Amino acid sequence: MTRISLTVDGRKVVDDVEPRMLLVQYLREKLGKTGTVVGCDTSNCGACTVHLDGTSVKSCNVLAVQAEGSEVTTIEGLAQDGQLHPVQEAFRECHGLQCGYCTPGMIMQSVDLLKENPSPTEEEIRLGLEGNLCRCTGYHNIVKAVQYAAEHGGSTGVSAATPADVEASEPQETGAHV
Amino acid sequence: MIPAQFDYLAPTSVEEAVAALGEHGDDAKILAGGQSLLPVLRMRLNAPEVVIDLGRIESLRGVREEGDVLVIGAMTQHSVVASDPLVEEHALLIHKAVQHLADAQIRHRGTFGGALAHADPAGDMGAPALALGAEFVIAGPGGTRTVAADDFFVDLFETAIGEDEILTEIRVPKHTGWGAHYEKFVRVAHQWPIVAVAAAVRTSGGTIEEARVGLTNMGSTPLRARGVEAALAGQPATDEAVREAASGAAEGTNPPSDLNGDADYRRHLAGVLTRRAVLAAAGA
Repeated sequence: MTRISLTVDGRKVVDDVEPRMLLVQYLREKLGKTGTVVGCDTSNCGACTVHLDGTSVKSCNVLAVQAEGSEVTTIEGLAQDGQLHPVQEAFRECHGLQCGYCTPGMIMQSVDLLKENPSPTEEEIRLGLEGNLCRCTGYHNIVKAVQYAAEHGGSTGVSAATPADVEASEPQETGAHV
Repeated sequence: MIPAQFDYLAPTSVEEAVAALGEHGDDAKILAGGQSLLPVLRMRLNAPEVVIDLGRIESLRGVREEGDVLVIGAMTQHSVVASDPLVEEHALLIHKAVQHLADAQIRHRGTFGGALAHADPAGDMGAPALALGAEFVIAGPGGTRTVAADDFFVDLFETAIGEDEILTEIRVPKHTGWGAHYEKFVRVAHQWPIVAVAAAVRTSGGTIEEARVGLTNMGSTPLRARGVEAALAGQPATDEAVREAASGAAEGTNPPSDLNGDADYRRHLAGVLTRRAVLAAAGA
């Protein structure tokens, strides 16, 4: 077991984890943040995308121990004070989803894309979302949603979750989960 | 899928990392950005007893200048290489190629040195590093040594890095003012290149003075197309002249055959992509 201490969606957490535990497992199974989903489990599909210290990563391809000392934002940390993030709002407005499974990853990657490029062209959006697969092939409305978000404050509404509730959870045995 | 159990070490200095590697030897695996290693561990294609994470060694990150050389720390993430102004100015070929590597999320985690040490023949960083004549600084129990690009790539997933050694820096001779282009041929987005060509050229008044051409996925290692380089020197940067020189791109290569194309198809691609890459690099 290795002790890790990190901030997830603004809350500080401390846990003992097995080194082999993936970040996505830690988020889902230890912290109950099931908004982040596992899609392909091969680091292709991007459904598990979260932000690690402000940039997008595939959380199935990062060990929880590698996130030691870091700040993680998941899809569950984007909305602030009951207000959806502008990119979430845009996906709703443009119906940028069909079955919805890829949506958390698509939104997290779109937020990252707009932070780096606030006014992307359609081609830049398609390239920027290259690492996110939609098996419904619903890309058209997803691209429209990112364009809509770019026009409606999507690049500035980046969640800056404040580390409030600084409380360490009791370290728990994680063996049962893996 | 979850990796088999392993012990985890996160040294904060190269010396510590080399010592850990010396202690655990064959049972240990080095973790750089993890974007190739973690899938391998998850699929249980490898099950090291110890994983040594280089992520806490700050001295291995960053890009700096040393005279005529650009020094890229082995743990510098691809996204950092992609946006670094020194790389764009002095190693335009690497700047261009890295934009095409995998996807944004993987570029945020994956590292320049990790990709080179992994030595996947379809990896995008090998051919540009080889073409620019990079040198590889490797740390081991007896200190550091430097290996030339021509000697670094040994075989499929095999480099000159010894079992008790760690790649620390890549030293790239500056190619300031050279034009560059990375022409990558894929069937679908986010795919490994079926074949790719890395080209850098120094032109003067429409004439190609010097050229460097590297090939991706045309054999078990990245390859230098020296015949093409020689044929291009002194030629006008025209479609006709470049087409003629590029026609020999596949000479001496031994490309794989797989579902994406057989070896002959890859040989054909090498010529076509070399022409495109060189013309784009020359701005023609």
